[in-house]
Amino acid sequence: MKYFPLIWRNLLRRKVRTIFTLASVFIAFVLYSFLMVVQNAFSMGVEVAGVDRLVLMHKVSLIQLLPVSYADRIRGTEGVTHVGHSTWFGGMYQDKATQFAVMAVDPAYFQLYPEARIQQEQLQAWLADRQGVIVGRTTATRYGWNIGDKIPIQATIWQPKQGNTWFFNVDGIYDADRGFDTSNFFFHYEYLDENRRGAYGQVGWYVLRIDDPSHAADVAARLDAQFANSSAETKTSTEKAFLQGFVNQVGNIKAIIISILAAVLFTLFLLVLANTMAQSVRERTSELAVLKTLGFSNGLVLGLVLVESILMALLGGGLGLAITYFAVEGGSFNNALLPVFIMRSRDIAIGIALCCALGVVAGAFPAMTAMRLRITDALRRT
Amino acid sequence: MIRRWLSQTLAVSALSVRTIPQRASSSAVAMIGIAGVVIVFVAVLSIGEGFRAAMADASAPDRAIVMRTGADSEMTSGLPGLEVQVIEQAPGLLRVNNRPIASAELYVLVDLNKRSTGTAANVPLRGIGAEALEVRNEAHIVDGRMFQFGTNEAIVGRGANRQFSGVDLGSEFMSGNLRLRVVGIFESNGSVGETEIWCDSHLIQGVYERGNSYQSVLAKLDSPAAFDTFKNWLTTNPQLNVQVQREGDYYAQQSQVMSSLIRGIGYTIAVLMGVGAVFGAILTMYTAVSTRTREIATLRALGFNTASVLISVLAESLALAAIGGLLGGLTAYVAFNGYQTSTMNFQTFSQVAFAFRVTRTLMIQGVSYALMMGLVGGLMPAIKAARLPIATALRQL
Repeated sequence: MKYFPLIWRNLLRRKVRTIFTLASVFIAFVLYSFLMVVQNAFSMGVEVAGVDRLVLMHKVSLIQLLPVSYADRIRGTEGVTHVGHSTWFGGMYQDKATQFAVMAVDPAYFQLYPEARIQQEQLQAWLADRQGVIVGRTTATRYGWNIGDKIPIQATIWQPKQGNTWFFNVDGIYDADRGFDTSNFFFHYEYLDENRRGAYGQVGWYVLRIDDPSHAADVAARLDAQFANSSAETKTSTEKAFLQGFVNQVGNIKAIIISILAAVLFTLFLLVLANTMAQSVRERTSELAVLKTLGFSNGLVLGLVLVESILMALLGGGLGLAITYFAVEGGSFNNALLPVFIMRSRDIAIGIALCCALGVVAGAFPAMTAMRLRITDALRRT
Repeated sequence: MIRRWLSQTLAVSALSVRTIPQRASSSAVAMIGIAGVVIVFVAVLSIGEGFRAAMADASAPDRAIVMRTGADSEMTSGLPGLEVQVIEQAPGLLRVNNRPIASAELYVLVDLNKRSTGTAANVPLRGIGAEALEVRNEAHIVDGRMFQFGTNEAIVGRGANRQFSGVDLGSEFMSGNLRLRVVGIFESNGSVGETEIWCDSHLIQGVYERGNSYQSVLAKLDSPAAFDTFKNWLTTNPQLNVQVQREGDYYAQQSQVMSSLIRGIGYTIAVLMGVGAVFGAILTMYTAVSTRTREIATLRALGFNTASVLISVLAESLALAAIGGLLGGLTAYVAFNGYQTSTMNFQTFSQVAFAFRVTRTLMIQGVSYALMMGLVGGLMPAIKAARLPIATALRQL
């Protein structure tokens, strides 16, 4: 620690160079954070998926509907504790395709998702109101909706018996911890089924909770066996696997993100920092020789250069991580298509570890040069 | 006067560009930095470009698509068979021997495994009418033969065949209770159509319990100009509840969300990386100026004017940027152009197979961006060089 002033002085020796090196390293880590946030968004909540929840859908594809009568048979299946169903509505709001997921659900739906926090009286109001809707905080804030507002949604799939517009009353607004999607729009399945022009008694998919996550595979197999050879065969998977399936459909986002990250870290971080450290050591040849003459060991000289490199990496990189973290927390990335924008603590930890590792790599070669310096040669050269 | 100024500037610029190899390591930082930005910029946008092209190439100016009012895609539309019969009477629709050239179609999804991940993906299955290949005259069979109507035969697009397993020529696959036999592979300009599987529309009506209903009618018009006649007749007809779009507009709308998402992310990354690369370039150019302090001061002492010194530094920076930009653009072209992949279109939840497209416009954009980075990166160091006080600079070192 007592050598810290020496290292600090070295950083300040060429202020312009230090500032631009730090700036480049800073940008590299703003990008790192941005890419992590994008990757998290594309993973669509797979990480926070409930381990005790299963999704039961039509075997052919998600767009095929299932009879509402399955609910009782699912409830009666061993291992199942709660059942709810959901039907995709889509729709248009303000002449654009809705920028939030609109779904018709049954009253039990919120029991399946304890992550969605909603005040008891709001939930009661919703249960009592046929045209009621519960919306997520993100969407309510975005459109300035308050409890009691009437929201018109134009039909795309489900046309009402009259006209082309459905009306809903905002009865409640739900919140959730970061990572859980708070942009959804939930209304009553009964209201949909009574007023649409066909497909009566059909629902999109079922969500169910089981008593023991370790039995998930058994319960899923039991359910699918039960509906085998019926007109609507089913496919049951854990919520995680279901979401992962969606993520895989989008493509290998992770590979793309990692390739971009590699390019960013190599060009903006490693190359710039290594060059700066090399220049810095070259300029200080005679000084380093003097230090060695004074009795600084080779190891200590090596350490000083490495610490200088790591310090720059941490200063620039840490600032980049911090600024992006606060920007994300402040909600400046929130958008409709990818509603979950988070930076996980794991991303930050990996970022800091990357800073240190790349700092060592960038400083390694110059530090070795400094360590191997022979006093007589170095002093003669100047 | 001007000629002397010009020749001075050229001489000094040539000197600084020619001596770049002497500052190889620091020059490499700027060059590789800029090349890296251009690679990422071009590569990310080539994804968006490829996706857009796959959607745009699916359309022709003389085709129109008819769906139920309010439907935002074929997936959400529904047309009773009776309405289809009325649609086929519309003026403006091309007729050959009194036969309307239009195809009433159904569009559903089937689960097939993606070859790359081995997991299920929503692949579009299109039920087509007898005139479908006359309507889409760019589609043609490249392997095997066309399916026979009235049987459970199907043809598979080149893209679907490449991206998903279980749909090779001669194989059979199940979708629910529907067993389909692949008898042909078709191509269609590399467009989104090639991600689809086509079979007789009546098969889908039966298995998917659609009765006598369809989802869309794709119509070939007498000419692109006949669209308004066609549309007006249909939308004012009280028997119908439909909307009519030019096919190009329909696909542009279907690709909008995905394209703007890719572009948004791509530009954000490119701008941030560009700022970082400018910092790298500034560092490089400061180093270049400071190692050449004595040289520059000597030139000034000999009577070379400040402007020529300033421009020479900018020229060096631009030269590095140009090399970096070209290097990056070419690398991106070699590495990514034509790379085959598929993704899910968020608007229809269905798969779209496409190839990355590194277009000439993208390359030009990449190199222009590189030059901009070089210009901005060289500016401050250039001003510093031009302002160098001759006496102190010569005394230094």
